[in-house]
Amino acid sequence: MLPVTYYVGLSAVLFAIGALGVLIRRNAIIIFMSIELMLNAANLAFVAFAREYGALSGQIFVFFVMTVAAAEVAVGLALIVAIFRTKQSIDVDQMSSLKG
Amino acid sequence: MLLSETISNTPNFFYLAPWVVFFPVIGLLINIIFGGRFSEKVIGTVASVASGLTFVVAALMVLSLRAHPEGATIPLAEWITIGELQLDWAFRVDTLSVTMMMVVGGVGTLIHIYAIGYMHEDVQYKKDPKRYRRFFVFFNLFIAAMMILVSGDNYLMLFIGWEGVGLCSFLLIGFWYEMDTLARPSTANAMAAKKAFVTNRVGDFGFLIAGMMMFWTFKSVQFDNVFLAAEHIAENQPGIILAITLFMLLGVAGKSAQIPLYVWLPDAMAGPTPVSALIHAATMVTAGVYLVARSAPLYSLVPQAQGVVALVGGATALFAATIAVGQYDIKKVLAYSTISQLGFMVAAVGMGAFVAGMFHLVTHAFFKALLFLSAGSVILGVERGHHHAAHKHHRRGDHHGEADFDPGDMRNMGGMRKTMPVTFWLYVIGALALAGIFPLAGFWSKDEILAEATALNFTVYILLAVAAFFTAFYMGRQIWMVFFGQPKHEAAGHAEESPLVITVPLMILAALSILGGALNLPGVHTFTEWLEHTFEAFEVHVHVGEFNIIVAITSTILALVAIGLSWLLYGRRTVSRDQPDPLKRILGPIFVGMENKWWIDELYWAVILNPYVALARFTADVIDGRFWHDWFHDKVIAGTYQWLSKTFLDAWFDQRGIDGFANGLAQAVKELAQRLRGIQTGFVRNYALSVFIGVVVILGYLILQ
Repeated sequence: MLPVTYYVGLSAVLFAIGALGVLIRRNAIIIFMSIELMLNAANLAFVAFAREYGALSGQIFVFFVMTVAAAEVAVGLALIVAIFRTKQSIDVDQMSSLKG
Repeated sequence: MLLSETISNTPNFFYLAPWVVFFPVIGLLINIIFGGRFSEKVIGTVASVASGLTFVVAALMVLSLRAHPEGATIPLAEWITIGELQLDWAFRVDTLSVTMMMVVGGVGTLIHIYAIGYMHEDVQYKKDPKRYRRFFVFFNLFIAAMMILVSGDNYLMLFIGWEGVGLCSFLLIGFWYEMDTLARPSTANAMAAKKAFVTNRVGDFGFLIAGMMMFWTFKSVQFDNVFLAAEHIAENQPGIILAITLFMLLGVAGKSAQIPLYVWLPDAMAGPTPVSALIHAATMVTAGVYLVARSAPLYSLVPQAQGVVALVGGATALFAATIAVGQYDIKKVLAYSTISQLGFMVAAVGMGAFVAGMFHLVTHAFFKALLFLSAGSVILGVERGHHHAAHKHHRRGDHHGEADFDPGDMRNMGGMRKTMPVTFWLYVIGALALAGIFPLAGFWSKDEILAEATALNFTVYILLAVAAFFTAFYMGRQIWMVFFGQPKHEAAGHAEESPLVITVPLMILAALSILGGALNLPGVHTFTEWLEHTFEAFEVHVHVGEFNIIVAITSTILALVAIGLSWLLYGRRTVSRDQPDPLKRILGPIFVGMENKWWIDELYWAVILNPYVALARFTADVIDGRFWHDWFHDKVIAGTYQWLSKTFLDAWFDQRGIDGFANGLAQAVKELAQRLRGIQTGFVRNYALSVFIGVVVILGYLILQ
């Protein structure tokens, strides 16, 4: 059985890729996918530790995260569709009307 | 023997003394509170009974004094305690104060009764019957104040009474303050009241100074304390006693109408006649004489002051008598006569003839009250006649209504012995008593003064003897002008006699004027012995007035000659308004002087009053108006404040300080916001980076902690 370090390492790499994606990509869909990636990196860490310590709470927590992610997808995609309809674009750098 | 035993067994009534003040106060309170519902008769009766009861108390005092001649002091209440000064509200009962109480209570009561009738007609004539009650309230108040004056045991109580009678005098002179004798609108009466009040203030100022010096020197104003210490003080500091007595003389001159302050008394005749009789002839004006007599222990220590007082009295007696000769108003003649007679009294007490002065005070109260009240009766009679005559003309459709008819002018009278016989006889009795004809009261008292003067001060004797000659002359002139000859005006022809309520008190006064001399007949000296008890307590030597037959004959001859002269001039023909006075043809400019009161009023106006008014105008307009108000107040104070508020408070403190702070705060916030705007880029990734960095920093902190 693979030691937990590997899982946590993979989780950290996934999280870093997600965070980087959020910060550097301009396409709203891609940013959205990167957020999903970060959430799933967290899920991986949860289940890895849950298996390591034999505690169910980590696994249960994963379900909560997935539920929240699903809800987030529903709201987020709807927002992106609405933005696209008005702006004909989903480039987040063009959405700067809140500039001070 | 039996009589003297009865007297010494007489119960002692001294404790009743405070009631001489309480009774009139109760009377006036009843009239103030319930008088609105009373009829005129009840109001007059209440007031007269109140006054009459004071006379009863005074009479009981006389009885008690005959048994206990040393008198008593009745303390009523503690009054003032300041440092060393301890003053009680105490009543002094001795022969001197009781003499005054008898005069005030007795003559006062008779005049109250007379006033019931007189004021009834007066308020009808002036068409203001509601004022009837006010008159009797003032009258009772006067009795109360006069009683405080004469019964006080210290100079401060005396001063309170002194001011009280002055107030009543003011109120009663100005009783018809908005109309003249014929009920026409006029301020003359109010002016006369003001003149009396202001002139008296000058005298009261002197009295106050005297009282303060007395307190300063003796540390007391209580009679006994002052008199007992006086001799000692007089040895060490004679100047102080002299100053006190001379300042006191100024007060005497004010109240008793002596030179130079007599000018108010003739004008005071503006008051109703009972007021002239009671206040301005019989009682209040004698307060000055009483003050000198009361202060006899002080005056007898300083002969210089006595000389001044005697000379002032003598000069006043003569001066006023000359003016009386030239007057046409029946009451004005009597007013100047009163001043003259007061001069006799002041001269007497000034010379040290205290008993003679007090004796003349008493008899003068009788016959001068009689004369004034009879004059009032004459005036009422003329008014009735005028009314009657006017009524007749009215029926005939004959309107020559004389708007300026003066019921007091003797040139409108004449022949009134037929229309008013009772008043005529009463008037003659009063006039003969005043002229000093044997054996009426005035003869004895005036002669005692003259006899004393020959021994004590011959200059004063000459002044008084000449004054006595003039006295007989002007009284004769008045009798001839008023009662003899033909009526010069139909009002006098239609005059009607007065009712009994007026004539009965006059008859009593006439009896007293005839018999008053019996008080102190030569050789018997009842009055001298009576007053000795008071004066000798402080070793004041009382002169026993030696009857001087030469003096008596001289003055009687002078009086008879004067009356004869007056008959030659006025008795044989009728003097009407159109012709000049017969005396004017003989005396010429001198008579003009007498007629115009020697222009003393005009002199006072020119020398004192006009400059004073000018000074008052100056202080009001220039000092107060222009300097204080316009310059100091408006320019200096208001201007400085305005400048201060404009330049400092408004421009500097408010605009720069407060506004600067508020605006600066707003500016700072604005600038800060300007800077912070840059952070708000609007780029979502920027915000995400900020969140990321924040998470890293917080996590880093938590891990590395």
